Amino acid sequence: MTSAVEGVAEPRLAGDLAVWLIILAELLAFGILFLSYAFARLQDVALFNASQATLDLNYGGINTALLITASWCVVRAIQAVKRGASTSGAGWLVAALACGAGFIGIKLAEYADKWEAGVDLSTNTFYMFYFLLTGFHFFHVLAAMVFLAILTVQTLRGRYGPDDVNALETGGAFWHMVDLLWIVLFPLIYVMR
Amino acid sequence: MRFFSKNQIWGLLLLATAVTWWLGESGQVGRGTVAPVLVIFALAAFKGLWVIADFMDLRHAPALWRRLLVGWLLVIISLILLAYWLGLG
Repeated sequence: MTSAVEGVAEPRLAGDLAVWLIILAELLAFGILFLSYAFARLQDVALFNASQATLDLNYGGINTALLITASWCVVRAIQAVKRGASTSGAGWLVAALACGAGFIGIKLAEYADKWEAGVDLSTNTFYMFYFLLTGFHFFHVLAAMVFLAILTVQTLRGRYGPDDVNALETGGAFWHMVDLLWIVLFPLIYVMR
Repeated sequence: MRFFSKNQIWGLLLLATAVTWWLGESGQVGRGTVAPVLVIFALAAFKGLWVIADFMDLRHAPALWRRLLVGWLLVIISLILLAYWLGLG
């Protein structure tokens, strides 16, 4: 429990322990995929560089900004609910969801571009990793958005308050994990050459 | 880690993203030199550390969790950089 004065609280893990165990498992899985990409690249650096050049760096950059902004909105949402402003909190969650929807839209546009160009995950090793990594991540964004949407409804119903933000922190932690993964993925897949 | 407000951290995260984007866009990354790639992953490390410490709030959590996530971030980035360096030869 936190005391009334900020800064003298006992160390505490925000959210359910279960989500943190899930987060560790996800970080491990993605970590292995990131490293597989980085070392597979050594087999044919020229191919990876050439294929990477067909990615849209602007889309990648905007998507990074959207996930970061969504994370910030989740943080602001929890701050609002903690001070008793649930309606404001729900508003911040809707903003987070809007950023997530933007990310999804841009990702689908990228995939559509590749589809039209006849490129898919069987085209070469780079594209296999591109679709595998971003696709796996994409599903996590969707799952996180479903979680946030449920939390938004519950927040609007006044279900949470200054003494109970555990569910929000749990969903928030999962969202921040999705952001954290993309923070590594963006320079690795889109920029590093 | 210096202590910034959540809003300042958001701004810094966006700034780091913009710099990374610019390094890619301008062609600084991809000339076969290590420095720009070190920069983009140093930026990624700082971004990750801020998300871990101040968005996930692990700054105020038991040290084990902070160490696990920070450890993951730094190990993964280090190994990525090793792979990149090996690919330069």
